[in-house]
Amino acid sequence: MKPRPFDYVRPDTIEEAIALLAERGEDARVLAGGQSLMAMLNLRLADPSMLIDIARMAELDGIRDLGDKIEIGAAVTQNKLLAWPGLANKLPLLAVALPFVGHFQTRNKGTICGSIAHADPSSELPLSLALLEGEVMLRSKRGKRVIAAKDFQLNMLTTARAPDELIVAVRFPVMAGRGVAFREVARRHGDFAIIAIAAIVEDKKTARLGVGGVAGTPVVRRVAMNGAGSMKDAIEQLASELEDYEDLHASAELRRDLLRNLAPIAIEEAVKCAA
Amino acid sequence: MRRVNRDQKVRISLTLNGRKVAAETEPRMLLSDFLRHSLAATGTHVGCEHGVCGCCTVLIDGTAVRSCLTLAMQAEGREVKTVESLAGADGKLNKLQQAFQNNHALQCGFCTPGILMSFTDFLARNPKPTEEELREVLSGHICRCTGYAGIMAALLEAVGPDKTNETIRSRS
Repeated sequence: MKPRPFDYVRPDTIEEAIALLAERGEDARVLAGGQSLMAMLNLRLADPSMLIDIARMAELDGIRDLGDKIEIGAAVTQNKLLAWPGLANKLPLLAVALPFVGHFQTRNKGTICGSIAHADPSSELPLSLALLEGEVMLRSKRGKRVIAAKDFQLNMLTTARAPDELIVAVRFPVMAGRGVAFREVARRHGDFAIIAIAAIVEDKKTARLGVGGVAGTPVVRRVAMNGAGSMKDAIEQLASELEDYEDLHASAELRRDLLRNLAPIAIEEAVKCAA
Repeated sequence: MRRVNRDQKVRISLTLNGRKVAAETEPRMLLSDFLRHSLAATGTHVGCEHGVCGCCTVLIDGTAVRSCLTLAMQAEGREVKTVESLAGADGKLNKLQQAFQNNHALQCGFCTPGILMSFTDFLARNPKPTEEELREVLSGHICRCTGYAGIMAALLEAVGPDKTNETIRSRS
């Protein structure tokens, strides 16, 4: 229950950090909040030869309003974003999703970008990024890269980040309306979600539905809301398409049932918020 | 840039409960172990060592965090507060601790230091929380003795009278 030995480096600048990543590649891990990585080190599920600690890097600790997008630096903690005064207006989905991320105590240290980098299939932040169609900003010695959320998370704990790249920020598009909802089923509050459902109202006819915990990556679908049967059919269709993702907490059948029951509730709630 | 190689031992300093302290560490040492083994601050307890039980919660620069998910190196130069900081120099319990004693909010006491530190941070930020908010913060801790009822009663006593808490108050 103690980590194996590793080199610890606390670079002062992004340039120093990406130089280290270029040198060590896959053997190095970036440490920000450490709320997943430190647990994996303690359990010896991760065994890097070097940790690159970016938590104190001031240039990564900013929340920037770019007008149509909000950019969140790699050192910004979940509670820092939760306390950001613009959150409810600009990113209402995150205002309702963030309280489901771990606990108060882990959100004090856990970062937005770290959760997206870790890419746990049941995690709320990758789901929110995918549903809002955000993007991930990467830096390496080779240059800069921007990857759309749908192309970033490839599978469970696997992303499109190259070993020499540092996630410097993520960008969430600002939402025009306030029609959002987030629902989750977990054994206890703060545990890994058995299923997480996010919904946003795109326009009067369409809702966007995001589902986490049922596949290797978040699943995002547009659902037509007009006509009595169409929404139910679309959700049923989605439930039948899901791969048989099961673990000791829930069978694939239970996950499908939860989706069938919770998705309409989430969409209805989002529509109510939009009004 | 601060760099410490895997087999290297370095001396780091930090402020522990208002006092500047220093001790030797290696990169892989957890803050929880550094506090207990190197600084003899054994009030911080170690339970699960993967961030679930909350026993090891301490304040770093005023913010409640899991010390088992923090490297000692990460606390270098920071201000760390543990449960030892709560009572007065004469041993007099502070308001939160006294409320725990009054309401039988601990039995074996293993989880208590972490819970006290979590709420030291949370109540400083939200002095008048709702019962629901208190429960949400408490969900970050595991207590296997009390069933949490005594802890909730203590927390409600510590935050003082509030209309939203009428129901539980009249029950107890």
